[in-house]
Amino acid sequence: MTGPTATSTLATEVIGTPALNFTIFASFVVVTLVIALSVARKNNSATDYYAGGRTFTGLQNGVATSGDYLSAATFLGTPGIIAIYGYDGILYSVGFIVGWLLVLLLVSEPFRNTGRYTMADVLDLRLKAPSVRAAAALSTLMVCLFYLLAQMAGAGVLVSLLLGVNSSVGQDAVVAVVGILMIFYVLVGGMKGTTWVQIVKATILAAGTVVTTIWLLSRAGFSLPALLHHAAASSRSGTAVLSPGLEYGVNTVSKLDLISLALALVLGTAGLPHVLMRLYTVPNAREARRSVTWTIWFVGLFYLCTFVLGFGAMWLVGDKRILSAPGGSNSAVPLLADKLGGTLLFGVMAAVAFATILAVVAGLTITASASFAHDVYAGVLRHGEAEPADEVRVARITGVVVGIVAVIGGISAKGINVAFLVGLAFAIAAAANLPSILYSLFWPRFTARGALWSIYGGLVSSVVLIIFSPVFSGQRKPLGGTSSSLITDPHINFAFFPLNNPGIVAIPLAFFLGWLGTVTDRQPADSARFARMQVRALTGVGAERGGRS
Amino acid sequence: MWEGGPGMTIFQTLRVSASSTAAPQAGRGNASGYEAVRASRDFWTIRRRFGSFVGPVCTLFIVWYFLFVIIAVFAPGFMRVSVFGDVNVGLCFGVLQFASTFAIAASYRRWARHRLDPLADRLRHRLEGGRGQ
Repeated sequence: MTGPTATSTLATEVIGTPALNFTIFASFVVVTLVIALSVARKNNSATDYYAGGRTFTGLQNGVATSGDYLSAATFLGTPGIIAIYGYDGILYSVGFIVGWLLVLLLVSEPFRNTGRYTMADVLDLRLKAPSVRAAAALSTLMVCLFYLLAQMAGAGVLVSLLLGVNSSVGQDAVVAVVGILMIFYVLVGGMKGTTWVQIVKATILAAGTVVTTIWLLSRAGFSLPALLHHAAASSRSGTAVLSPGLEYGVNTVSKLDLISLALALVLGTAGLPHVLMRLYTVPNAREARRSVTWTIWFVGLFYLCTFVLGFGAMWLVGDKRILSAPGGSNSAVPLLADKLGGTLLFGVMAAVAFATILAVVAGLTITASASFAHDVYAGVLRHGEAEPADEVRVARITGVVVGIVAVIGGISAKGINVAFLVGLAFAIAAAANLPSILYSLFWPRFTARGALWSIYGGLVSSVVLIIFSPVFSGQRKPLGGTSSSLITDPHINFAFFPLNNPGIVAIPLAFFLGWLGTVTDRQPADSARFARMQVRALTGVGAERGGRS
Repeated sequence: MWEGGPGMTIFQTLRVSASSTAAPQAGRGNASGYEAVRASRDFWTIRRRFGSFVGPVCTLFIVWYFLFVIIAVFAPGFMRVSVFGDVNVGLCFGVLQFASTFAIAASYRRWARHRLDPLADRLRHRLEGGRGQ
């Protein structure tokens, strides 16, 4: 059952057969390209391009949303953290699922009822201010770009792990191929094509994960306690891996850091622009509610499986071997797959990881391009007077530009530890986006000034705090290794903010600024607009319907 | 008036400060129609029902989640207590977070279908019919 190279423990080992991995991945690419091409014919109106014609069912969009949400960082990273640190990986992951309740309860239906294509639409209906639209577009673009950069930089690392491409040029080439495919999906398929890519990806991701989990459980006699027992027995930390403390329990700062991250995760999901934009692809608010409920089931079951996989990797592969493999903790799942099902299962999981990267970057690119074309070009530069055809043309051009920027960024960020970018994207989503969304929907007094203060306050404080945090400078590895800061020279140290995640400061600050900017505003709130907002949000009057009504 | 009423939640308390004090805007299109709907009995009922479900449930799950994180971080000893064999309180607590998330999602969906949708449909039809669409 073990792979052909299981005897080798060299750090440069290549597991599986690259040819097989490539074949499986290529078939995913072919299937998704055919789908993108086949939906391309009906992709001319703005509603088609941005919202897939609003024809997807709640179930389809629910699956697609989980495809957008579950990145390679989740698929490989979560089991990896668990395989090394045990329980703290679970602690880290719970926020990713709990945050969805906020999307379901407070955001999804009002959002679907009051917007057309982007997050800024919702704020604009309430506040009617181009400056707010511009601010919302800026924070949307920032979240998308940071998230995109994290995914693209990760792609290079994955390649060396999964395809045995170890040369620098080869890795750059693969990042470029990912970029070209992503541009193609977005350019040709629009939101409809991108949604189908997400559905295909989410399906194979779920299938791969569930099959591996069941396979693994069968090795433990379908007994979770037995699996945990074996895992703890083979870990260098023993039963400590079954309870919290190995990663986050080091000192008070690391404890506060976890709480800061938890805050960003639980509040950030409801402010992620690529998640919010998906709500517009269904015909009405009720389908949006259904789709978020489906997403909660899929994402939740996926995370539960990754917990099992993480402890399984700890047991069958061992933390020492995972840490010494190329890709470090990210190699836990591929190594486990190799151990369980040999080269075939390894190939499947490698292809799933690639599909995951590809689909997530496509979802981010279409969101960024929609935000630029619809909010910045049509809403601000053209004062809402742009022809829809022009707008879609600008969106397509933006998609290409974003794709190129992502490829260049991904190549130049190679080898740099950019894992913090995902946490930063969540922190900005929670600090810059969520307060103004919630205030717009539920606070009659809210004004454009409050929105600007809150969006810029959240955005600037998140970015500034991360620059002056240990993420950027001054961090030492506890065991004398190289620094995990962006600037690895330990003599350069301007980290006066001790936490790696800015959420605990930036999020309350943005809520406070939204309140302060509003109550000190001499301009009275527009009560007629609030009435319209609330009536539309809660009843669905005037919402743009989809094909099926 | 709609402002008062029993069973108010955090969302209502947010609103109390405003709206009646704001200068009435010139009736722009059907905006005044929306204000009339907003002041209606049916809409008041929707808002009250929405607020009195969503407010407490949001508070509950956020408190429940941070209880989990804070206990795990500041009282790890409690999480180490064994429930049976290697399965400890911490693992059960983690799985319960998932269970509660699933339960809240399912119950909201069911609740909204029965308690919110019929009223919202009625109001929407009245408004859209009134506009002659």
